[in-house]
Amino acid sequence: MGEREGVGRLLPWISSPILLLLFLGVWQFAVSVVGVSEFILPAPVKVGESLVGMLDDPATWAHVRVTLFEVLLGFAIALLVGTALGAVLGRMVWLERAVQPAMVAFQVVPKVALVPIFVIWFGFGMTSKIVMAVILAFFPIMLNVLLGVRSVDRGHRDVMRGLGASRWATFRDLELPSTLPYIFAGAEVGIVFAVIGAIVGEFLGGSEGLGYLVVSSLNSLDAPTLFAVIVILAVLGSLLYLAVTTAKRLVIPWHDSVAKQ
Amino acid sequence: MEMTQKTTVQDGTGDAAAPRGELPDAQAVADSSRPELGSVELELAGVNKVYQARRGRVEALRDVNLSIRRGEFVSLVGRSGCGKTTLLRILSGLLPPSSGSVTANGQSIWRGASRNDEALKQVGLVFQEANLFPWFTIAENIGLPLKLRGVDRKARAERAEELCDLVGLRGFEGAYPRELSGGMRQRAAIARALSARPSILLMDEPFGALDALTRDKMNLELQSIHAATGATVVFVTHSISEAVFLADRVVLLTPRPGRIRSVTSVSLDRPRSADTEASAEFQQIVRGLRVELDEES
Ligand SMILES: Nc1ncnc2c1ncn2[C@@H]1O[C@H](COP(=O)(O)OP(=O)(O)O)[C@@H](O)[C@H]1O
Ligand SMILES: [Mg+2]
Repeated sequence: MGEREGVGRLLPWISSPILLLLFLGVWQFAVSVVGVSEFILPAPVKVGESLVGMLDDPATWAHVRVTLFEVLLGFAIALLVGTALGAVLGRMVWLERAVQPAMVAFQVVPKVALVPIFVIWFGFGMTSKIVMAVILAFFPIMLNVLLGVRSVDRGHRDVMRGLGASRWATFRDLELPSTLPYIFAGAEVGIVFAVIGAIVGEFLGGSEGLGYLVVSSLNSLDAPTLFAVIVILAVLGSLLYLAVTTAKRLVIPWHDSVAKQ
Repeated sequence: MEMTQKTTVQDGTGDAAAPRGELPDAQAVADSSRPELGSVELELAGVNKVYQARRGRVEALRDVNLSIRRGEFVSLVGRSGCGKTTLLRILSGLLPPSSGSVTANGQSIWRGASRNDEALKQVGLVFQEANLFPWFTIAENIGLPLKLRGVDRKARAERAEELCDLVGLRGFEGAYPRELSGGMRQRAAIARALSARPSILLMDEPFGALDALTRDKMNLELQSIHAATGATVVFVTHSISEAVFLADRVVLLTPRPGRIRSVTSVSLDRPRSADTEASAEFQQIVRGLRVELDEES
């Protein structure tokens, strides 16, 4: 049984490189054998060259820093505000009921359409992108926290009440720990949405960040650079997601979502 | 041979409270392995509970009178819905009674609808679910009552270790609850209830979710824990044989409205074992209670 578990643990580390190689193989095959135009699909090697060139260029890193800053700040604000609002709404059923129609309405609006408004309000700088990241990341976090606050186990509450626990002790030893898994579930979605928010913001306005690089390489019809930027974005997004799940592992090692893996 | 004394309660006016003179004192003293019964520790007088449910009033308890002596083991039995949990929640400070008084060593547990935390410090609680906190290790769970009282970390760890020994969880101090079986979790819950050294232990069907074999084992262990701690125990169950096996007195409740129908003294020798259950006296008491329970419906 232990052996099988060991293999299960290693499996992704073996399968992922294989899948990646397979992907690159199919890609190369499409270019060199099927003969897809270089404009539409540059060869992996070309993209690789372009990527190496970009990574050597300090200008690229400046763009990465801009995007990273927008994402992290937007995510942090979303995490704070989402957790606070989720906790308040989770406790006050009447308030949640009062604002629910407004929340649903806001959720259904395609928020990407708001970017031009934010550009008018906050300018072409980083602020409009940060606002976009906050708005996208905030909802999943708030909804999860709201659910978390509501799902504190009744039996657990009885234990604390039976022991005559104070408000503060109940928060520290019961409510906070039982809400943490929900905060992390929200954060895992939130970080992905924050990246999307920042990139989309950069698409539509401004002159810095990886989203801007995508648009500018598109405008100059530079497909290898375009693909290279996408690779950088994918890596950046993965690393950020990994950071959140790692934090989760460290903070709530006891939780099923961590322990069962 | 006089081995059971029964007090049948008529119409709520009779005093089911402590058939004191009838307690089998002579045998209690003769048997050194069982704690000597002392003065009255828990007292319920004229306790009523009415739930205001959406569908109307539910009279869950009517005029419950009972006094329990220090070190005594009392089992509460009755069909599902007869108010056992309600009674235990009133005793444990989780649910205010509609009227009546509940005292622990002379201190009121309830002052109107507000609980008296001071009086409840003497009380430990075990539920049907272990209700351990998954984010705490077994030792941390056991130490929780002490943590809430400001006992330092080191003393908590020591006490947890001591209790793990008592309930048979040695070596599991650092484990998380999910790593334990149902029976082990319930042991940890018992250890948690005992950690602040309460003189009263209230248990609501603590082994109800366990399989029969584990349950028998837990009953034996509960018996020795009772002997070791000398705690007063109120034990709720719907199993008559479990109730008789453990108890000094078995209180039978009847439903709608929930009230005490009878109190039966059980003076079987302690420590009790599988042999006890095979004995004629044991079976006679169990049969008597079964008949009574059947009569009501
Ligand atoms: N919170 C509640 N609201 C309304 N009725 C309740 C509530 N809790 C219990 N009751 C009713 O009170 C009666 C006694 O319940 P309970 O004490 O749980 O019984 P037991 O533990 O013996 O099964 C039942 O009829 C039950 O339906
Ligand atoms: Mg019950």
